[in-house]
Amino acid sequence: MVAAPPVVEATGVTKRYGSTVALHDAAIRIEQGQTHALVGRNGAGKSTLVSVLTGLQAPDEGTIAFGGEPAPKLTDRDGWRQRVACVYQKSTIIPDLTVAENLFLNRHDHGRSGLISWRSVRRKAKELLDTWSVDVDVRLPAGDLDVEQRQFVEIARALSFGARFIILDEPTAQLDAAAIARLFRRITELQQQGVTFLFISHHLQEVYEICDTVTVFRDARHVLTAPVGELPRADLVAAMTGEVAVETGAARRAPAVHSAPVLELTNASLAGTYEDVSFRVHAGEVVGLAGAASSGRVEIAETIAGLRAADGGVVEIAGTRPRPGSVPAALKAGVGFVPQDRHHQGYVAQMSIADNGTLTIPDRLGRAGFIDGRRRDGFARDMIGRLAIKTPGPELPVSGLSGGNQQKVVMARALANDPGLLVMINPTAGVDVRSKEFLLGKVEEIAESGAGVLIASDELDDLRLCDRVLVVFQGRVVAEIPRGWHDHRLVAAMEGVDLDG
Amino acid sequence: MADTAAPATTGAGRRIAFARLRDLALIPAIIVIAIVGQLVSPVFLRGDNLINVLQTMSEIAILVLAQTLVLIVKKMDLSLESTVGLAPGIAAWLTVPVGAGHGLGLLPGGWSVPITLAVGVLVGVINALFIIRFGLNGFIVTLGMLIVLRGILTGVSGGQTFFRLPKSMLYLGTAEWLGLPASVWLCLLLFAAGIVVLGFTSFGRSLYAIGGNVDAAKAAGIRTDRVLWIVIVTASLLAALSGLLLSGRLASVASAQGNGYIFTVFAAAVIGGISLNGGKGTMFGAFTGILLLFMIQNVLTLAGVPAQWIGALNGTIILIALALSRVTGGKAQD
Repeated sequence: MVAAPPVVEATGVTKRYGSTVALHDAAIRIEQGQTHALVGRNGAGKSTLVSVLTGLQAPDEGTIAFGGEPAPKLTDRDGWRQRVACVYQKSTIIPDLTVAENLFLNRHDHGRSGLISWRSVRRKAKELLDTWSVDVDVRLPAGDLDVEQRQFVEIARALSFGARFIILDEPTAQLDAAAIARLFRRITELQQQGVTFLFISHHLQEVYEICDTVTVFRDARHVLTAPVGELPRADLVAAMTGEVAVETGAARRAPAVHSAPVLELTNASLAGTYEDVSFRVHAGEVVGLAGAASSGRVEIAETIAGLRAADGGVVEIAGTRPRPGSVPAALKAGVGFVPQDRHHQGYVAQMSIADNGTLTIPDRLGRAGFIDGRRRDGFARDMIGRLAIKTPGPELPVSGLSGGNQQKVVMARALANDPGLLVMINPTAGVDVRSKEFLLGKVEEIAESGAGVLIASDELDDLRLCDRVLVVFQGRVVAEIPRGWHDHRLVAAMEGVDLDG
Repeated sequence: MADTAAPATTGAGRRIAFARLRDLALIPAIIVIAIVGQLVSPVFLRGDNLINVLQTMSEIAILVLAQTLVLIVKKMDLSLESTVGLAPGIAAWLTVPVGAGHGLGLLPGGWSVPITLAVGVLVGVINALFIIRFGLNGFIVTLGMLIVLRGILTGVSGGQTFFRLPKSMLYLGTAEWLGLPASVWLCLLLFAAGIVVLGFTSFGRSLYAIGGNVDAAKAAGIRTDRVLWIVIVTASLLAALSGLLLSGRLASVASAQGNGYIFTVFAAAVIGGISLNGGKGTMFGAFTGILLLFMIQNVLTLAGVPAQWIGALNGTIILIALALSRVTGGKAQD
């Protein structure tokens, strides 16, 4: 047992994308039969490590070895498939083909006539699923499977190639509690049969539940590897967040608690995403909505902005109740919105800064639906000045701007109608440090001018300036943390770990 | 565990049964049209009328077959309809003697069939070069090709019709094998081959894999570019064959031969259950699609609908058929 070489060992792995270092001299060593956890905050280098370990990308430096032997060449797909498989969050099955065909794609069984024998393909698929006790009808189109069944099928497919080392990339993100329990039971069973797992998760609770060893990555580097049992939760969270000193936002005027609420959310629920959420945002207040990627915080913010309609509950903005699920109604009620992903929802890349910035206020640009170009450019110049957008002029297409300046255009659009409530999702994602500081400074300015601000983010820097942070975990608001928190405390709450418990 | 599994399995059984039925979705419609046709005119179900329907649809049915292959891999080929004219057109131009037939008479008549097919392959190679090698959008590339190829045919023919085609060119369009026109045989055999290839060979299945999820197909070790090359070139070759049958039957190549076919081809494929988003549909379904369209046309002709109105009715029928297949298919059309 002790003599057996590790299933996989990566040493000194460095990977760069342009000027960004995705992995810096990283290492991981996974022993036979372990269930090894890989944790780290967004951008820690987990995905890059997975693509290096599965042979999708070659590292710039460093070596990978499987069972003591060097990894196959990148072009030798079969070689890689016999050693390692990854079940991604994004499905790699073909939905219109049957489960049986997905399992044996491009290695169908041929009959004597040289044609595919569907009967024997189905029989072998059934045998394979039975071997690993996966209860799925192989004749079903794979698109009809639910997430849980799909994962089992993908695991079985990986095992059928001979791989006994499987990477699970956030397998529990889309599962409910019962399905998670079944998945864990399956992992334990397979582990007993000699399968090794690398388990990537944002939920530290799960790491403690089923993993033997945990490896922490932070800022593209390997931080520590330790047996799970010997690592207290607080230390794990500390390793993930780093030894950054506690810093609170610059002292700001105390928010007027007695001022009128600009947003009142009462018992809002949306099946499968969030449940029974109630909170208020007062004029002049900055409220954070923290939570992991799939916690439901994004959906709550989108509900307020009118992108989604809640199944139940009431959204009241400045005393009015805009029609649920209607963005124009929300705009009219005075909501400014910075969406989650600027590339998808934030701007139209080919259109000019002026057009993008005034998308929400066509009625102010001229009469009877006509647009007065001069007035529009006036608005735009005003915004360019206010938000310090670096551009030669308002007519430049947004695609020609840097990430930070693009985000400023999105912000400009949100501010164009002088909102009483500003809702922002991940407002500084993919933005350089300078623009980030500027944008967050602007947020404080807006709050001081009397608007309410709601920031839905998992980025600690965004949340630092909030007067209070509501933590969303699995669709519920589980904690309210006043300004001046310690990083560890907020991260622990977002990961669903109770540090005191 | 056991009691939860039971209802799931029956539900699954129903879904599987439904998926198979989808393939036969147009059969009831075809039966209804047959009955209506018989009521309208007792001629409808007579053997010679049915053969007539099959023969008039055979050329365009081969185009449907070609387009089906292309659609399943999530591409489109609009230029097929121009290839129908250009391939036999070039052959006629080179082989028809100088004079009333408008040809150049540069080559003996025996060359006409090989030239027709070679032009088809060449068009396919050019399409594939643009789409696969240079990564251009297939819709736009083949739209360009549609116009260019049509223009070339108009150019070489001077807008006139080639007559007095060599014998070898006429053979497939006019011959009868075992009492049925050769073009009907060819069409049915090609569809039978298509059903077998798509349903029972690794190559055929790789088409579905590529159309459904190209990354997953690559990950499964399928050489996607090679498959796409074969599909695009084969489609053009089939279009050339279709053109050969049509010229043979009409004993001429008009400069507008094939003009407007592509709309019927797309309509038949989609009615037959082929998804424009790739990866979905069967060859049998495509065949029922084009068969249904031609049966309806035949019934309208027998019913004495004035020829001027056939176009409007055709379009209406396509829309109704699409709506019906949407209802029977159960999902939003893609």
